Amino acid sequence: MKWGVVVFPGSNCDQDCVHVLHEVLKQEVVELWHQSDDLQGCDAIVVPGGFSYGDYLRCGAIAKLSPIMQAVKAFAEQGGLVIGICNGFQILLESGLLPGALLPNAGLKFICEFVYLRVERTDTPFTQNLQKGQVIRIPIAHYDGRYSVSAEQETAANHAAVFRYCDVDGNVSEAINPNGSYQSIAGVVNAQGNVLGLMPHPERAAEAALGETDGRLLFESMINHFEQARATS
Amino acid sequence: MQAKIYIKLKHGLLDVQGKTVKGGLDSLGFGNVHEVRVGKYIEIDLDHTDAAAAKADVEKMCEKLLSNPVIEDYRIDIEATATQS
Repeated sequence: MKWGVVVFPGSNCDQDCVHVLHEVLKQEVVELWHQSDDLQGCDAIVVPGGFSYGDYLRCGAIAKLSPIMQAVKAFAEQGGLVIGICNGFQILLESGLLPGALLPNAGLKFICEFVYLRVERTDTPFTQNLQKGQVIRIPIAHYDGRYSVSAEQETAANHAAVFRYCDVDGNVSEAINPNGSYQSIAGVVNAQGNVLGLMPHPERAAEAALGETDGRLLFESMINHFEQARATS
Repeated sequence: MQAKIYIKLKHGLLDVQGKTVKGGLDSLGFGNVHEVRVGKYIEIDLDHTDAAAAKADVEKMCEKLLSNPVIEDYRIDIEATATQS
């Protein structure tokens, strides 16, 4: 399976993603510069975290116009696997690939800490190795992480929710919600199921030496999904 | 022509920046401040000579880039600039 990690000016989690995919999961990985519109035949695209284009105007607003994102949009519309993490999630929302938008955290603080996430859906390529209701532990690191939707998007967003912030036992409540996200939503998938965006950083929780391996479950699900699809085609 | 664009968060969405600024005004003793909403202000100088055409273009800019319709509303004022009038 060949992976592409998009690199914008201001990306800062791109090398973490390359490291986990290549060194930990032994995948073929290429970096995709924002000025290119060539996905180099990749089977999955990672839009990583950071501060693309300095977060100017709104997080992800300028990145969505880059040549590489036009190629990623076309790839996603054809069913290609795309995962956007943190700033990558913001970019996918701005690109219109996912419903909603992200606003500054309700507490007005940059939050960098481990959180618990409840798995809401396992019918996606990103979570097929997980159990519904399973609680995983992955860190967040963001200022603009308050997931918000327009009134017309509420039903769609609730269906799209793949992860919700929760406590260690899987209970979801406003007291646990770290950033004021609508319905404690931490990650959403598109209607076709091939595009996931989430604020937590699975690539920062993928090695025992770094304290947590739950993040690997997402990448391993994607690899499984890809291998299964290849076996049946 | 010059476009003056005012962008603000939609009604009902929590504006944490506005809330914090209100706290600052409270600290200064302005106890009569009910609510503060902080938005963005953008000026764009345009080559247009027709105000309606300018506004139509700026509306497209707002829809495609300058604002996010999921969370923001915008208002556009078009004014003739000194060199054109």
